[in-house]
Amino acid sequence: MKNEWPLWEIFIRGQHGMSHRHVGSLHAPDAAMAIKNARDVYTRRNEGVSIWVVEAQHVAASSPSDKGPLYEPSESKVYRHPTFFDIPEEVGAM
Amino acid sequence: MYAQMIKTASDGIKSRDEMSDEERTFQDKIDADIKIEPKDWMPEDYRRTLIRQIGQHAHSEVVGQLPEGNWITRAPTLERKAILLAKVQDEAGHGLYLYSAAETLGVSRDELVEMLLSGKMKYSSIFNYPTLNWADIGAVGWLVDGAAIINQVALQRTSYGPYSRAMIRICKEESFHARQGYHAIMAMAFGTPEQKKMAQDAVNRLWFPALMMFGPSDKDSVHSEQSMAWKIKIKTNDELRQQFVDQTVPQILYLGLDLPDPNIQWNEERGHYDFSDPDWSEFFNVIKGNGPCNTDRLAARGKAWDDGQWVRDGLLAHSRKKAAARMAAE
Repeated sequence: MKNEWPLWEIFIRGQHGMSHRHVGSLHAPDAAMAIKNARDVYTRRNEGVSIWVVEAQHVAASSPSDKGPLYEPSESKVYRHPTFFDIPEEVGAM
Repeated sequence: MYAQMIKTASDGIKSRDEMSDEERTFQDKIDADIKIEPKDWMPEDYRRTLIRQIGQHAHSEVVGQLPEGNWITRAPTLERKAILLAKVQDEAGHGLYLYSAAETLGVSRDELVEMLLSGKMKYSSIFNYPTLNWADIGAVGWLVDGAAIINQVALQRTSYGPYSRAMIRICKEESFHARQGYHAIMAMAFGTPEQKKMAQDAVNRLWFPALMMFGPSDKDSVHSEQSMAWKIKIKTNDELRQQFVDQTVPQILYLGLDLPDPNIQWNEERGHYDFSDPDWSEFFNVIKGNGPCNTDRLAARGKAWDDGQWVRDGLLAHSRKKAAARMAAE
């Protein structure tokens, strides 16, 4: 068996009201140690108010080669953006 | 510059006609400043060169803790001690960001550490010089981290996404390092005559080793062309070195210290300072393992790794036991 600590992905909530954001990764034997290490590595300068850790092997990711099929269909749907519709000024704010 | 003498894994730059379709698409992305991410296709040589470069950079951060750690218990005041502790802790963090970036290329952390300990991978030559007294600690923060910043600011634009993001994070923290060093040297340069003498001595001894951090002169760095084309390297060694000299000379003058090289002179025509080359034979000798502290540094890393083995094993065994117990309970 490989004796390297598993890799954890670290997410930090920077301020109240913000969502958690991925900031990096680190190795730790378990979730509790991953949180402790994340606190030391990623919040030494007041960067966070909350930490999530997820073992990297549990992250499922899209493949770069799926970029076309996944995202191109949305390129042609300009009507999804509010600026597509001209509304007369007299109508007021909308 | 924490990565010197990185041998690019390549047989020279290919023309567009010689490239495969994949290589052309890859080069187009780099030329358009689109970052390469871990799962994207990349040439094997790009991957190998990056592992060498980021690995060496990471090792430098970690080995760089040793000369400074040497003075934590002997800092002149409690405040300086707390500052130095915080700085050395940052270096551990910087090593970690970089190891993580290297790992996204398919090399494991243990493999990287083993390559350092077996001498297959290097770290920056600068950390093979000793820190003899407190003035050296100020000079290291100011000159060594100052040189590091110049290199790392350029590398924020490097083509590999995880490396670039690590650089951005490191740069945010690094200017604290340079400033605390300058602040410590200022206290000595403006202190008693004995303190000023120590500050001068530290600058004299560390100036040329700091210049060596940027690697050999452009005419001798044979492999940088491909790394520049891949945007693994953003500026040449000589460009970065000149930038460092131009930035640092006025800082030395402000301290009222003598310049450490009699040939430093403003060149109106070039718009830069002229300066002497470091002794390159010394540089190559230190890289080969014959610097004043090479043996000590590697021995300290090896000891830390061996002494920590039972902790790594114990914590892993504990977490596996708990995971097994959880599984059994479900």
